[in-house]
Amino acid sequence: MLTSQKFRLFKDQSFRAIVTMGGNFVIVAILLIFLYLMYVVAPMFESAEAESVATYSVAGSGKTLALAMEEQNEIAMRFTDTAEAVFFSTTTGELVNSFPLALPPKASISSFHMAGTNSSVAAYATDHGQVLLASHQYKVTYPNDKRLITPFIDYPLGQAALQIDPKQQAIVQFTFKLGEEGHSFIARTADGRLILTRFSLEGSALDEDEAELVASTVDLPLPGINIDFILMDEDQRVLYLASHDGEMVQYDISDQDAVSIQQRTHIVKGDRKLKKLTWLTGTISLLVVDSEGVISQWFPVRDEGNHPIPTFIREFDSRGDVTAIAVENARKGFAVVTQQGQLEIFHTTANQQVLEIDADITKPERLVFSPRSNALLLESENGQLHFWTVTNEYPEVSWSSLWGKVWYESYQEPEYIWQSSSSSNDFEPKMSLVPISFGTIKAAFYAMLFAVPLAVLGAMFTAYFMAPKMRRIVKPSIETMEALPTVILGFLAGLWLAPLIEENLPGIFSLLFIMPIAVLFAGWSWTRLPSSVRHRVPDGWEAMLLLPLVVFVLYASLGLSPVLEAQFFGGDMRSWLTNEAGISFDQRNSMVVGIAMGFAVIPTIFSIAEDAIYSVPRSLTHSSLALGATPWQTMWRVVLLTASPGIFSAIMIGFGRAVGETMIVLMATGNTPIMDFNIFEGMRTLSANIAVEVPESEVGSTHYRVLFLAALVLFSFTFFFNTIAELVRQRLRRKYSSL
Amino acid sequence: MSKITTAQWFKGGSPWIWLSAAAVSVSLIMVFGLLLLIALRGLGFFWPADVLEVKYQQSPTEIITLIGEVQSTETVSAARVHDAGGVVPEGAETVTRLLLKVGNRDISGLDFRWINQHDIIEESRPQDMIVLERREWGNFYGYLKSVKVDGKIVANGDEAWPVFLERLDKTIELFDQIKSIHTGEIGSINYDIEELRLAKRRLELDGVTDTVPYSEVEEQRAKLNKEYQLLQKDLDVLYRNIEKDSVMLVAAGGREIELRLSKVVRGFKPNAMGIPTKSLHYLEKLWEFVSDEPREANTEGGIFPAIFGTVMLVIIMSILVTPLGVIAAVYLREYAKQGPTTRLIRIAVNNLAGVPSIVYGVFGLGFFVYFLGGNIDQLFYAEALPAPTYGTPGILWSALTLALLTLPVVIVATEEGLARIPRSIREGSMALGATKAETLWRIVLPMASPALMTGMILAVARAAGEVAPLMLVGVVKLAPSLPLDLNSPFIHLDRKFMHLGFHIYDVGFQSPNVEAARPLVYATALLLVVVIVALNLTAIWVRNHLREKYKALE
Repeated sequence: MLTSQKFRLFKDQSFRAIVTMGGNFVIVAILLIFLYLMYVVAPMFESAEAESVATYSVAGSGKTLALAMEEQNEIAMRFTDTAEAVFFSTTTGELVNSFPLALPPKASISSFHMAGTNSSVAAYATDHGQVLLASHQYKVTYPNDKRLITPFIDYPLGQAALQIDPKQQAIVQFTFKLGEEGHSFIARTADGRLILTRFSLEGSALDEDEAELVASTVDLPLPGINIDFILMDEDQRVLYLASHDGEMVQYDISDQDAVSIQQRTHIVKGDRKLKKLTWLTGTISLLVVDSEGVISQWFPVRDEGNHPIPTFIREFDSRGDVTAIAVENARKGFAVVTQQGQLEIFHTTANQQVLEIDADITKPERLVFSPRSNALLLESENGQLHFWTVTNEYPEVSWSSLWGKVWYESYQEPEYIWQSSSSSNDFEPKMSLVPISFGTIKAAFYAMLFAVPLAVLGAMFTAYFMAPKMRRIVKPSIETMEALPTVILGFLAGLWLAPLIEENLPGIFSLLFIMPIAVLFAGWSWTRLPSSVRHRVPDGWEAMLLLPLVVFVLYASLGLSPVLEAQFFGGDMRSWLTNEAGISFDQRNSMVVGIAMGFAVIPTIFSIAEDAIYSVPRSLTHSSLALGATPWQTMWRVVLLTASPGIFSAIMIGFGRAVGETMIVLMATGNTPIMDFNIFEGMRTLSANIAVEVPESEVGSTHYRVLFLAALVLFSFTFFFNTIAELVRQRLRRKYSSL
Repeated sequence: MSKITTAQWFKGGSPWIWLSAAAVSVSLIMVFGLLLLIALRGLGFFWPADVLEVKYQQSPTEIITLIGEVQSTETVSAARVHDAGGVVPEGAETVTRLLLKVGNRDISGLDFRWINQHDIIEESRPQDMIVLERREWGNFYGYLKSVKVDGKIVANGDEAWPVFLERLDKTIELFDQIKSIHTGEIGSINYDIEELRLAKRRLELDGVTDTVPYSEVEEQRAKLNKEYQLLQKDLDVLYRNIEKDSVMLVAAGGREIELRLSKVVRGFKPNAMGIPTKSLHYLEKLWEFVSDEPREANTEGGIFPAIFGTVMLVIIMSILVTPLGVIAAVYLREYAKQGPTTRLIRIAVNNLAGVPSIVYGVFGLGFFVYFLGGNIDQLFYAEALPAPTYGTPGILWSALTLALLTLPVVIVATEEGLARIPRSIREGSMALGATKAETLWRIVLPMASPALMTGMILAVARAAGEVAPLMLVGVVKLAPSLPLDLNSPFIHLDRKFMHLGFHIYDVGFQSPNVEAARPLVYATALLLVVVIVALNLTAIWVRNHLREKYKALE
């Protein structure tokens, strides 16, 4: 007996424990959603980090002309003024291998140039007008399951030096770009000429070995300034020459026989000097470093006459004397070091400084990013090399790049744009959440425009005027609507409603006028009917009486549509809209979404608003009626006023639902992220954007995390609206119970 | 009551009452109109329509013959046709156009064609017109000329039809045999071989150096391979037999084509069928729709895997959500101290019901799939890596995500049920000496069970219609195998699955031939609507029933 009692007590206690645990678990699980979204989003807003790994003296002989690293950050290399390629370990500085380059005999090096950020090709020019190209390459093998990286030197255009200047003058300064169809060299020669030599591949297009390089050289018009910087873009179409005074001259070199000077621009402020000029990845933007340590970004923007004018875009202040600048390889970021040994990393699109650190390096001279932008190699004056690892995963995200207008490369002006991916490698991701948030609001707005009048008026009638017998049928019917899967609504909207609306535009719009007029006329006519007829239908069945009328009006206006169209819109309203009114028209537009999503939120609003109106105490309405108010006056002045918080919360909840709805917008719009309130165009909403892009985004990438941020925005947004609605509702309930 | 004047009518606000009544009417018409639209389009799809043969004035100089079913008719303004480059007769304001399903995609390239009513010269419904449903290229419309076996004609002209039907039955039987070998025996052999590969990999990972277990694996693999060889031989014979029969057909315009019977699913003569035969055909098609697998990129055939996937998903979800929801509700109502905290939690739970479903999808993908699934793979399925087992979207994660999504529904409904049970009953039970647990378990929960049922039904109805989160956590357009089969462990929770709602989205919007697939989408939508409306009506009925029951108690 006692044991059984004990057992019962034990059972009671354990039941309590289990339920408490389970209950708390569920509550924690709910919290978890919010926390997990935060957890994924948070790393984007952490600042970057850099850590010094090793410092050592340079390996090999000679002075460094250029530094480079391979993808795994294991091996770095330098091209020296003794025409050697020296490979060494990044972490210890130990020599791995060294290759002497095959310069032509009897020639000496007159200048050196390393091609942009994405290329591993360097070139030595000689005093005989020749250039030798060499690229540093790596072979990765896995002997004994361990990675082994073996460096070697490759000659992309052959082992023999190319004759750039037919007059065999020494090349003082030059630049080059290799392309699929040809290669261009711009060189300044010792006798003061500026030449463009272009090599084009001729011969068999199928067999590369048989193709022959054919050179042609032209003299370029001199710019009239000191040439201190020569920059040519990847497509070998634009050439910039600049002097330390900050004068820059832009050439159009796309046609070798018709080279012209296009623009002269002063690219530094006041009388500052131009210290460095370099391309940003993609060779669209220029980074201009002035003597005050301000780095500004410039790119060509087309003016009215379609001329590309180099334009100041934005600037970054390093607050120091910049001695070296390095550009990231696949992103629009760059790093600088100052004379004082400050290491700073910036991102142009995000318009932010992602890192500022005191590197404690005396007189830094040269800085280079690793191919994956996760390491830096720095050379200081006394031949010391510093190897740094960089953790900088999400530089492109900042408050301004997410929510502000951003001037993207090749755009006319700052804009809000969402374009998260592209096929190109040096693509500038455009991750403004503004257009998709705007789309979300737009979709919800049109849905509410359709739903609120119908739902609230319907709720008023159902709760207050409708015969109880009919109400018992009407309320569950409309509430069943709520359970209809939105995928079905979306499907009907996209494939049935959208074409229907497109075909019958005038008819649909005429409905807006015809329907109320017809209803009012019917109501008025009803009072004119003999009372014997009227008394057959008791009060509160008006909605039923109107059913056939509404069907008829619907049918009639659709039938009227072609007639109206022929009468007013020249037979085709769609082309009239586009051609005459200048309004662009998509088949799957906001109107379709508004109707379909309105349909989805009507039951939500209806149900809550109806409850609020229905539970207004009868004593209030009875006294109002007793004082002589008509039913409508009672409704308008008494009932609605009392129930208004309930109706407000109904609308809030409906709005929350419209904001988060996915399938309808996914299926009933074209999903283009535009910033236009036009009812005849579509939109892209946060939810649809998530549904479309999450499966394609790489886990842990910036894109993935920005999409999680979009989800978090959506979550917070709906949570906020719902909480307000809920609080209002609870207050209302207390008010009713006190009445 | 005497008649009121118009001014009084307006002043009293009656117009507004009529307008609000109209709002109700419009809403009602939208609900029932929508259901009616889906029902008509969905059900009409299976009816074998008559096939027309029309002589059509294609251009002023060219007359062609077209064969096909009339899919729809529309009247458009003449200007629109003119803008689109069509020819309009003089003085006509509107043009009536027919959408003709001409089939024969292999010949004409398009299944559908708009034709103008006024350009039809002659139309007829020949009795010997046949329709063949094929495994690829859609329907064939035309005439049967002869039946061939091994390239020799065995029946011609009028005799051909019965011979055709007889040979077709045999071919389909063979086809079913081949299919059952492929999906059944060969499928399970492949499954076993994959298991063996994983077993071997597991041995390697465990660092087993003993050769005995390895040779056992090899032995079994050899055995399975031998079985496979035998089955392959059987298959070769079947394949040879099935390729023997073919038919010669005449398409519109007199073009002859030869078609292997193995490519035919069904043949019938719609114009020669009476209402009873058509009804029978209708039922047969309906059955095929719910019981068969999809064909031709989901645009033809049945939707059985989607029904199965939806049902299984909902069952797993219910198993997960019911205990959790009930425990949470019991805790909140019976154990937790009532105060501002519980009020706050209630608001939070209520609000969760309003959080967009896609947010749950994102959470499910990040947390369940990549975080939980990824870790499970590391711990228990290391042998299969880098191919993920649970670290990829699947039915378990979908069910969990939906369970989280529907949790508020269950909690709210159960709490409501618990709140309705009068205090006196609890106190009576306690007074008789029962512990709190016993009171809850024996008295309160059974009494609240209808409320619990309501919550569950509503949760199921919501889950069945939810698509957006599933697109991230496990649904696919075509799953190679069901998540339930005869290979142990029988239930494969890691597999991806098909779903009715996603099927609608996918076939309606991602399919290469939307026009042809549209009726099937309507039919699928109808099925989904019927299921969900039925579930909701049940929930409403249960709720009302419950209220009646407790009225007596109060």
